Amino acid sequence: MKNMLGRVLAIAGNTYRENIRDKILYNLILFALIMILSSLALGRLTLGNEDKVILDLGLASISIFGMLIAIFIGISLVYKELEKRTVYALLAKPVHRYEWILGKYLGLLFTLLVNLAVMTVGLALAMLYTGGIQAGGYVRLLPAVYLIFLSLALITALALLFSTFSSPALSAIFTFFLWIIGHFGNDLLGFGKLTESAFIKGLCRVLYYVIPNLSNFAFLDSRSILQGTGHFQPIDPLAIAWATVYCVVYCAILVALGTAIFMRRDFK
Amino acid sequence: MPVLEIENLTKDFSVGFWKKHPVRALDNLCLEVCQGEIFGFLGPNGAGKSTTIKLLMHLLHPTSGTARILGQPVDAVSMHQSIGYLPENPYFYDYLTPMELLTYVGKLFGLRQPALSKKVDALIESVGLSHSRNLQLRKFSKGMVQRIGIAQALINDPEIVFLDEPMSGLDPLGRMDVRRIIASLKARGVTVFFSSHILPDVEALCDRVAILNKGRLQEQGALEEILKVRIEGHDVILSGWTEVHMHNIRKFSEEVRPMGDRLHLRVSDPEKMEGLLAFVFSNKLELISLNPIRPSLEEYFQSLVGSR
Repeated sequence: MKNMLGRVLAIAGNTYRENIRDKILYNLILFALIMILSSLALGRLTLGNEDKVILDLGLASISIFGMLIAIFIGISLVYKELEKRTVYALLAKPVHRYEWILGKYLGLLFTLLVNLAVMTVGLALAMLYTGGIQAGGYVRLLPAVYLIFLSLALITALALLFSTFSSPALSAIFTFFLWIIGHFGNDLLGFGKLTESAFIKGLCRVLYYVIPNLSNFAFLDSRSILQGTGHFQPIDPLAIAWATVYCVVYCAILVALGTAIFMRRDFK
Repeated sequence: MPVLEIENLTKDFSVGFWKKHPVRALDNLCLEVCQGEIFGFLGPNGAGKSTTIKLLMHLLHPTSGTARILGQPVDAVSMHQSIGYLPENPYFYDYLTPMELLTYVGKLFGLRQPALSKKVDALIESVGLSHSRNLQLRKFSKGMVQRIGIAQALINDPEIVFLDEPMSGLDPLGRMDVRRIIASLKARGVTVFFSSHILPDVEALCDRVAILNKGRLQEQGALEEILKVRIEGHDVILSGWTEVHMHNIRKFSEEVRPMGDRLHLRVSDPEKMEGLLAFVFSNKLELISLNPIRPSLEEYFQSLVGSR
């Protein structure tokens, strides 16, 4: 068990090193930071809602660029290793294929975590610059970023699953569309309830459970973080716990599926 | 004692987009390799050499048959603790330095510091990459990548090493270095199983060889038994000749090419070869070189199995 953990961590560490030496990553982070900083200018155009605009745009930037990083790196996670045949020498070592997949996934999660930290610091600095946020707002920013991280962990697991059997282009398309559809999971269920067709009702219900429900990670809005004047929902720890459980279970299923496909593969 | 046992190993690949049909890449291969020997696995391109090695490394799943390394089935991950593998045309993470790559691979074998650092330093030294230890692999030449490939195959002090075309793409100096490394492994009692289609490398190193063609085993045995009977003639280079000698020389040789003050000859008949040598020594001509002519493996295979 100790040896297994050592191997998984070694693979994860190398995956992280691979990612941080990739120029695409830095370009995406740079764009995200530019977007966050540009929210300062947009905030000035609003009347009394400057902090809310900065926070909304900042969190959206973190979410979108995080998604791009997760997809760009996740889709090539397995494919690049097979294409360049770097995996051949490694899988001939005392490494189980599931250890390799798990290590790659954890390495990418750690990369995302570091990137999110950088972007969150950028957002916090932008908010600090305007000076309109209460001290508690910075702490309440963390659950929001944590939920984004959970959604990205799920996107990464999806990209990883697709990359075990399809090309990067197809994997990117599949993952991106599931990311979009995943935000409308509750709407899909609502649509099913409106129709009278039992088939469509059943189909909507099945799709609701099969497609990742990313709305589970999008219940916090900027008013709950700022908690200034006006109506806001307090942050619900139970909802965060549920989102965590949902993410862990869904990701475990996706990674297990990806591993099952990878275990059956021939490396010609 | 056999360290590698292959029994009726067969591999089919499915080809075709809609109507998939199987193509047999390896057909009922049976082989045994003994401890401490250097075993050459020969064959032309597409013979099934790499497929066999990938099956042994569990990178491919066999269609039928079994293989055991060090007494364990090839899918036993614990067995991989005791073997080394260099893939054909190896490619490693080009963003890593040799130090980083070997440290990473060492960790997969459960090696810990400070023993790992010492091992990495010694290996980098032994493959002649000391001056490039901190250079990213993307700046390496093909020969340097091959060297680091051999180093990563030896990080765990393996009992048996599988080298897939280790001399491929190397210059003469690089090939000599790889030969030296393989010979030193044998001296340490390590079994070496290497594939090649370059005859001189095999002749210089191997105790026994197996010859594969179109996925089927053609011959196996000691190198001398297989190769010594295949000399087709000799290339001879003479100097100190004059036109007076030319008439007699032509009687022994079917091909005579004067090049400057030297004379290049080709002699196929062993009796004529003896006559030529007697003539050369009796007339005090200078024998610059005498080389046996052996067909390349590809030519040999064509003669063995007919045109492809």
